[in-house]
Amino acid sequence: MLKINQLHKSYPIGDSSLHVLKGIDLDVESGEMVAIMGSSGSGKSTLLNIIGMLDEADSGDYILDDVPIKNLNEKKAAIYRNKFLGFIFQSFNLINYKNALENVALPLYYQGLKRKERQEKGKFHLKKVGLLDWAHHLPSELSGGQKQRVAIARALAANPKLLLADEPTGALDTTTSYEIMEFLQQLNDEGKTILIVTHEEDIAEMCKRVVRLRDGIIMEDKKVNQVRASQYV
Amino acid sequence: MIKFLFDRDTWQEVIDSMSKNKLRTIITMVGVWWGILLLIGLLGSARGIENSFNRSFSDFATNSVFIFGQRTSKPFKGFQEGRAVRLKLSDAERIKENIEGVEFVVPRNQRSGFVVRKALSGSYGVAGDYPLLDVVQKKKLIKSQGRFINQTDIDNNRKVAVISEDIYKQLFEKDEDPFGELIRINDINFKVVGVFETTPFGGPQTDIHIPFSTFQQIYNQGDNIGWMMITGEREYDIKQLEEDIKLSLRNMHKIHPADKRAFGSFNLGELFKSVESFLTGMQFLTWFVGIATLIAGVFAIGNILLITVKERTKEIGVRRALGATPFEIKRQIVVEAVFLTMIAGLMGIISGGWILILIDKTLGQGDDATFVNASVSIGVVFIALLILVILGTLIGLIPAFKATSIKPIEALREE
Ligand SMILES: Nc1ncnc2c1ncn2[C@@H]1O[C@H](COP(=O)(O)OP(=O)(O)OP(=O)(O)O)[C@@H](O)[C@H]1O
Ligand SMILES: [Mg+2]
Repeated sequence: MLKINQLHKSYPIGDSSLHVLKGIDLDVESGEMVAIMGSSGSGKSTLLNIIGMLDEADSGDYILDDVPIKNLNEKKAAIYRNKFLGFIFQSFNLINYKNALENVALPLYYQGLKRKERQEKGKFHLKKVGLLDWAHHLPSELSGGQKQRVAIARALAANPKLLLADEPTGALDTTTSYEIMEFLQQLNDEGKTILIVTHEEDIAEMCKRVVRLRDGIIMEDKKVNQVRASQYV
Repeated sequence: MIKFLFDRDTWQEVIDSMSKNKLRTIITMVGVWWGILLLIGLLGSARGIENSFNRSFSDFATNSVFIFGQRTSKPFKGFQEGRAVRLKLSDAERIKENIEGVEFVVPRNQRSGFVVRKALSGSYGVAGDYPLLDVVQKKKLIKSQGRFINQTDIDNNRKVAVISEDIYKQLFEKDEDPFGELIRINDINFKVVGVFETTPFGGPQTDIHIPFSTFQQIYNQGDNIGWMMITGEREYDIKQLEEDIKLSLRNMHKIHPADKRAFGSFNLGELFKSVESFLTGMQFLTWFVGIATLIAGVFAIGNILLITVKERTKEIGVRRALGATPFEIKRQIVVEAVFLTMIAGLMGIISGGWILILIDKTLGQGDDATFVNASVSIGVVFIALLILVILGTLIGLIPAFKATSIKPIEALREE
């Protein structure tokens, strides 16, 4: 699914620069569910954003679905983001003047689908996250967990191959977190590749593989026995 | 692109975004609306005032001066000061012949006369005139069958009169046919041959015109004339012409060349020039104020739009993460900005039009109206609208450009 080779990234800070990623090597196969862990500031989000083509690496290779991602123009990048990638953010990033259904259908708009088709697909995914009854509510009328589920539905709408979640449960309480994880596990069971950034051990244990970052390199990368979230819900 | 413009989703997005950002939408629209409204109001009123002046002046040869004799103020060649100066018919002829740039010289005499018709009577100004006056002053005859004094009247000392509309109203019954009717001026019967419209502006007014020769005879004037009206050729400066004429007149009448008071004058050309420059000034001011208002409006809009840059940047970041290309984002914002300013601009044009109609209804009626046909050219209005739309769009594009030139993650990070 994706191959990363000697990836480097630094941020300029004043005159000097902060070297955040110092040579990351990472292979993710299709169908994996990977937790990226590490202390705060270790570069988890930076890595995920580069994978999601929201940010660019300074050097190194990144191959996504057999396509080398380097110096893509913004138009092509937009098409990849739209087709391959689904994002789930800690702060949901819903558009606050659009209702749940419109938010979910937005990626489909940029795919150029017809209105009717968008509505149908949007409803289908909302139903999948159990929020069909909330289709016409604005984000401000939804709870944190509901917002994140709308965000997941939106990430799924374009049927991407790779789901990228940056602390998807960071703003949620434990029970709600487990509900979200249960849902992500279901998606993974159905075959979606999922990368989750988290610093919570219990969340990481619900994935199939845990990658630990420290000082800009991968310190540990191991397969784990997946804990099913359903047993807690 | 065409398909995009006719796509319901495009407009759904525009409406969503506008109704979400109500304050921004309203302030932008009020700004544009007010700018256009003011521009139309100002330009229209200025045009109205200008038209009003032009209408008042239209009957007059604007490059003209009236000259009349007064008393000398300097002794000269054995004459005492304080001598009365009388213009003669011969003066008029010599000026016409000798002074370069003079177009017409119209000698005139005027007296006040007691006028009687049937039971009605009044005291009016009676002038002895040549047909030439009509060429210069362009009397507007009211009844089509009427005429002004002609050469035959002069040659035969005919007792005919051309009267003003005011006098017609005072001495005749409503809708009565005045032609061929007699009026008595100082006990002499005159036949009415024409009625002319009274103009509200432009130099000495006369109520009744009779042939110059008849006037001479009745009042025993000899060759004396009361004053003369002189028009200059278009390319000659009327002020300079006035000086030349006066100097030559002083010479003919044996008056000290520097005696300023011997001849009085009323320079219509000068007056007209100052009015004209006032009008130009007013127009300039109007444009200035109008454009300044537009610019102020645009800046107000710009401010509001810029305040929302941060919010917008984040939203644009989200949209980019979902797969929107920079072009799609900018296109959407352009449509939004154009739509917003257009609607507001059109509202401004409509309400501006109402205001001009209102001005016309209240202040634009009648002969002495302050605003005549207050209007603006539709071209000017649309250019103003175009400027607003373009500026509004450019300002709207600032956040769009900013948010699409940075990496999506930076746009998303904006709080
Ligand atoms: N745009 C930026 N400019 C400068 N420094 C940055 C920028 N983004 C991140 N950093 C720095 O890079 C380092 C890694 O940041 P990153 O967000 O990847 O950490 P993280 O592992 O996700 O941490 P957290 O668990 O707190 O989310 C941090 O020290 C951060 O301060
Ligand atoms: Mg982070």
